[in-house]
Amino acid sequence: MTRLGSGGLIDRSQQLRFTFDGKSYAGHAGDTLASALVANDVKLVGRSFKYHRPRGILTAGAEEPNALVELGTGTRREPNTRATTVELFDGLVASSQNRWPTLALDLLSLNQLLSPFFVGGFYYKTFMWPASFWEKVYEPLIRRAAGLGRASGLPDPDAYEKATAFCDVLVIGSGPAGLMAARTAARAGARVILCEDDFRLGGRLLAERVEVEGRPGAEFARSVEDELAAMPEVRIFRRTQVFGTYDGGTYGALERVADHLLAPPPGVPRQRLWHIVARRCVNAMGAVERPIAFADNDRPGVMLAAAVRTYVNRFAALPARRAVVFTTTDDGWRTAQDLIAAGAEVSAVVDPRREVPDSIMAPLARSGARLLRAAKVTRAIGGSSGVKAVEVAQGGSLLRIEADGLAVSGGWNPQVGLTTHKGSRARWSPELSTFVPGSLPEGMRVAGAVSGDYGLSACLRAGHDAGSAAAQDCGFAAASPDVPRAEDEPIAVAPLWHVTGGRGKSFVDQQNDVTVKDVEIAWREGFRAVEHLKRYTTLGMATDQGKTSNVVGHAIMAELTGRPMEDVGTTVTRPPHLPVAIGAFAGRHRGRHFKPTRYVSGHDWALRHGATMVDAGQWLRPQWFSAPGETDWLTSVIREVKTTRLAVGVCDVSTLGKIDIKGKDAGVFLDRVYINRFSTLPVGKARYGIMLREDGFVMDDGTTARLGPMHYVMSTTTANAGKVMQHLEFYHQVVWPELDIAMVSVTEHWAQYAVAGPRSREVIQAIYGTAADVSNGSFPYLACREIMLGEIPTRLFRLSFSGEMAFEIAIPARYGESLLGELLREAVGRGGCAYGTEALGVMRVEKGHVAGNELNGQTVVRDLGLGRMASSEKDYVGRIMAGRPALVASDRPTLVGVQPVDSKQRLRAGAHVLALGAATTAENDVGYVTSVVYSPTVGSWIGLALVKGGTAQVGTRMRAYDPVRNGDIEVNLVSPIFVDPKGERLHG
Amino acid sequence: MRIPCPYCGSRDLSEFVYHGDAAPKRPDPAAENASELFYTYVYLRENPAGPLRELWYHASGCRSWLIVTRDTRTHDIAGAVLAMESAS
Ligand SMILES: [Zn+2]
Repeated sequence: MTRLGSGGLIDRSQQLRFTFDGKSYAGHAGDTLASALVANDVKLVGRSFKYHRPRGILTAGAEEPNALVELGTGTRREPNTRATTVELFDGLVASSQNRWPTLALDLLSLNQLLSPFFVGGFYYKTFMWPASFWEKVYEPLIRRAAGLGRASGLPDPDAYEKATAFCDVLVIGSGPAGLMAARTAARAGARVILCEDDFRLGGRLLAERVEVEGRPGAEFARSVEDELAAMPEVRIFRRTQVFGTYDGGTYGALERVADHLLAPPPGVPRQRLWHIVARRCVNAMGAVERPIAFADNDRPGVMLAAAVRTYVNRFAALPARRAVVFTTTDDGWRTAQDLIAAGAEVSAVVDPRREVPDSIMAPLARSGARLLRAAKVTRAIGGSSGVKAVEVAQGGSLLRIEADGLAVSGGWNPQVGLTTHKGSRARWSPELSTFVPGSLPEGMRVAGAVSGDYGLSACLRAGHDAGSAAAQDCGFAAASPDVPRAEDEPIAVAPLWHVTGGRGKSFVDQQNDVTVKDVEIAWREGFRAVEHLKRYTTLGMATDQGKTSNVVGHAIMAELTGRPMEDVGTTVTRPPHLPVAIGAFAGRHRGRHFKPTRYVSGHDWALRHGATMVDAGQWLRPQWFSAPGETDWLTSVIREVKTTRLAVGVCDVSTLGKIDIKGKDAGVFLDRVYINRFSTLPVGKARYGIMLREDGFVMDDGTTARLGPMHYVMSTTTANAGKVMQHLEFYHQVVWPELDIAMVSVTEHWAQYAVAGPRSREVIQAIYGTAADVSNGSFPYLACREIMLGEIPTRLFRLSFSGEMAFEIAIPARYGESLLGELLREAVGRGGCAYGTEALGVMRVEKGHVAGNELNGQTVVRDLGLGRMASSEKDYVGRIMAGRPALVASDRPTLVGVQPVDSKQRLRAGAHVLALGAATTAENDVGYVTSVVYSPTVGSWIGLALVKGGTAQVGTRMRAYDPVRNGDIEVNLVSPIFVDPKGERLHG
Repeated sequence: MRIPCPYCGSRDLSEFVYHGDAAPKRPDPAAENASELFYTYVYLRENPAGPLRELWYHASGCRSWLIVTRDTRTHDIAGAVLAMESAS
């Protein structure tokens, strides 16, 4: 154990058990998985992506490139989780990745011997030739050897949800700058949301031995948190990473609601995706420390200096008992002080600078540490069990210094990601030797280390000022200034990107195994622009997006090309700033809930009567009703069709779109959107109509009835109800706003039932009794009328989709189920039944009515044999474009019926139509079968097809060729109307 | 992205349906060269970099067609008016 006896922000009274690679360990509440591993002296935590090199923990934050573990088991196994941000809980199970068979004995580390094949550009060079080797040899080899964690491959058992939050000021990050921004804005009266990725507020205040207002930093952070928590207009989102800046002051954030628990409690989502809409934002994301590249700088035990301080000060865990500190920064020296204060030994502090201020060196004067200036670490010596010694070059000589840990500080990289998501570029600051935010997204301010203000006092002031300005932008009066007292620690940095001379690989990007040599190869081969460098070497393309590595790699390229960093620039980062599970983006939109489900009022009734339901757009509709003893769908459908044609059938057609249109100009409007006339339609009559898109193709069809001089009700197909509504609103609001009309969708308001068959009138008459006379004389084909059924308003239409005498009756939806019950009772008493969408489809094909398969966006009215409906005496949407030469060409595919020559053969929708004897080539393809049903009336499978010059081909014999299902049969092209071609039944 | 609907206030992008440039006007179908005019109206669009007046439909809201002025380079939205009340 390397856990210190006292100090830190852990609760020693709470012991938490966890396992790593099957071995059991203990940590405390307040630990991360990484800190608990450090406290248990676990150095080796993973194997690297390409070379399977042993790796340890490099950082203490979300930027971690190495310590990626698989968390959980079974369906909850989550790969590539950063141990540095995983909050420890009792029962946590973690395992290392990318090793076989075990972490310590990894046979695939032989990849290191193959390393010449894995250098920069290896994807592009090594595996190019021969091409056939790629799929069979290289790809399986690489997939096995390289890579990170394994997905569980099982459905995610957890729920995710999405939510939207609104605020005046969003503060991102709760370090000294963020806390002050939140407090100042909140005191001014602004509605504040404070987001912190960590489970504890405070940022670096938790990790450094600093004082604010004479109190330890963590204590100060706690006091600000308490003040914020007590303010009603402040929301604190812990465990919430803001991952993206979007348009209009919208930010994406992921709240890890239950990731710190073994499993989410019932009803609680695992994660919640927030859309935060903020009038102003203070980005106080801070900065991350960057490493220095030198030979074997990836050995377990090499850790960033600030991370060492975090583990020592916040978690009371010692990453090293005897450390070397390699720093080009002033603050790196504090790592040595903190280690010594915690009881560790520091063998040496190595600083490449010739001059280091006395004030920094003085505290270490009597520590026993060797203070080496103008010196560089050239190599970390050690293996999978950790660092054993450090090789240092000073003044031409090489020293070997014994150590079990090496702390490295190469300077700081502000977390500029969120400032660049809307397209602006980070700007190189020569003074700070780093990239700082360039122009900012509208409404965003930056404060603290993210803008290059690293000192504590500077951060507190910057946060205060940004919070105050943000609140004032939102109209709040500034609160009286209150900036806490603190020191500005020395923060000078002398940039050093890599050290040459050591024997071994020098890593730039540890997650993707990109070395200094790879950058040199890219340079030599001409891939010098940073975006080329990225793609050629994969620098920065791993899950960490190069947070610790990009700047180092780009600086090495700058040195090689002899260009200044401001010219070399840096790559563009895109949301998400940190990895976000796809499940969080999907939220509740999974499986059945991908889209809403709409239920007709007769849904439960249908289920009780043996219905099998089918998706129709968002709706569920009865597809067929199984009678007792029926086991296959076709038997049921045949019975439903026969019963309807012989007696009577009842079908739920509530899902058809219904649009109520009123106004003085309603008739004129309908004349313009339909190809045929509606202004002349008498009150009490309905008419079938077709509407086109403006490009001339058929958009939708349906029946529109005139209920009054200024009142129409339109029906649309189920699938197009929304689209037609939008289309009508467009022409009304945008194109002809002068027309005096109003319309509203009433699809859900009315339940509607078709009653079809020779005995349908008896059923309808039985329902209305003396309330209405529905005899043919009083209520002929295409009549419509509003009729009170007791106190309930109903609408009765004489319409037919089946070709039989038929009615449709509409009733307010809440009465739907009860009317349906009565209709069926009356129907059954007359030998009738209920029928579903299959029987509906059979009867419409038998009658040659077109539906969605024919109204497929590629057909014009003539194709469907409906050309005569188009009025030549008025304009309508689509008329002009429908006259284009290609749309009136005589060889366009037009609607015909198809029937197998051998009535026992099965026809298939989708089959291609070819002339008899023609070779099966695309050139000989003259059309295809759009709809197929088994017709009990005809006694065979029948279909509708779109065939070139179709109408003229009726009477010829052709071939229906269906290579997908091995279908190849002879068919007769016939009239598309198979049943009652004269329409006598309709009018009965 | 947020769109300021004159009826509903500032609402999320996901409630709207995009239609495109608001400039093309349905031509006079009686014009001599109506087929050319309609071809242009249906198919041809400018693609300017900068502010563009475009049509959006508040499908999951008040069902108004709006003319929204959006900068195609930045997605900055300068404002929105009801298409019905737009003078142009
Ligand atoms: Zn609206």
